[in-house]
Amino acid sequence: MALWTWLWATPATAMPAALLLTLGSYALALQIYQLARRPALLHPAITAMLAIMAVLIAGDIDYARYFEGAAFIHFLLGPATVSLAVPLYRNLAHVRRLGSALAFALVMGATVAVVAAWLLGRMLQLSDLTLRSLLPKSVTTPIAMGLAETLGGSPSLAAGIVLVTGVIGCVAAPLAFRLLRVRDPAAQGFALGVAAHGFGTAKAFEISPLAGAFASLGLGLTGLVTALALPWIARAVGF
Amino acid sequence: MDGLTALITLLSFTLAGQVLAHVSGFPIPGPVLGMALLLAALMIRGRVSAELERVSALTQRHLSLLFVPAGVGLMTHAAALRAEGASLLITLIVSTVLALGATAFILQRLRRGQTT
Repeated sequence: MALWTWLWATPATAMPAALLLTLGSYALALQIYQLARRPALLHPAITAMLAIMAVLIAGDIDYARYFEGAAFIHFLLGPATVSLAVPLYRNLAHVRRLGSALAFALVMGATVAVVAAWLLGRMLQLSDLTLRSLLPKSVTTPIAMGLAETLGGSPSLAAGIVLVTGVIGCVAAPLAFRLLRVRDPAAQGFALGVAAHGFGTAKAFEISPLAGAFASLGLGLTGLVTALALPWIARAVGF
Repeated sequence: MDGLTALITLLSFTLAGQVLAHVSGFPIPGPVLGMALLLAALMIRGRVSAELERVSALTQRHLSLLFVPAGVGLMTHAAALRAEGASLLITLIVSTVLALGATAFILQRLRRGQTT
């Protein structure tokens, strides 16, 4: 036990320990996910997070101490967000071809996601912090975390909320499409990317490559548009 | 090159986005501005290097790993989640399904009118 405490006391050992714990849990979670044939609820990020929480609680390690050690992985979110410009650029041809239809669907979808969450969240009397972390829920996690911080919410709460949103989107999509009679794979893919970010995009690639391309487009554009518009709107309405 | 230039590119645009966010005072996350800048640069240049393509594909394949450290921070919100977890879940389910349906329905409608 003394050895365990010593391990987390200084960065020289806490950093490799935290990195190993993170990478190891994720690798294991990825294996489980693939063995179980990729169900949305067993997404590797969720399993890995739960496993790490269990280790930290059982080992009596402060979250702050773990986070310090794993900060390097967290930092990579920035460059990863920047790299989303590449698939966005790749799919620009679709944007040029379908310009106004795509723009309208995007703005409506992104607006519904934010406004519905806000109205319902207020009705159900969610706390101010939760509400502020909730608004960017349809946006890809790295952007949502930055946005939550900008809006005065909590980045880690936003990360959890975004994950759950992704799972809900994947589980609900087949039913929603059937009810609304949406058969167009491009529309299905785009909606998955707009409403359920990376999770939805992975799901769309299972439908078809075209649906996948539209999903990555929806993911990138929603992230960009929401990040550019939401903070100004929130500021204007005095949120 | 073995991905080094791509790494330098991504880091430069990350830093440029952060600096722009700070200097302009825009309430927008720096990396998002970096993404917009890189997109503009790619459009001006008219192509993506194979290397940048590879590095960005690798990053995105394991994107979910990168938000694990922050996500574990949910454990510090345990009390709040116990208190309002159910309301939060209802909010998420309803708003996500509405957004999903609205986007798909609108795009299918509008695309039917166009030639594809």
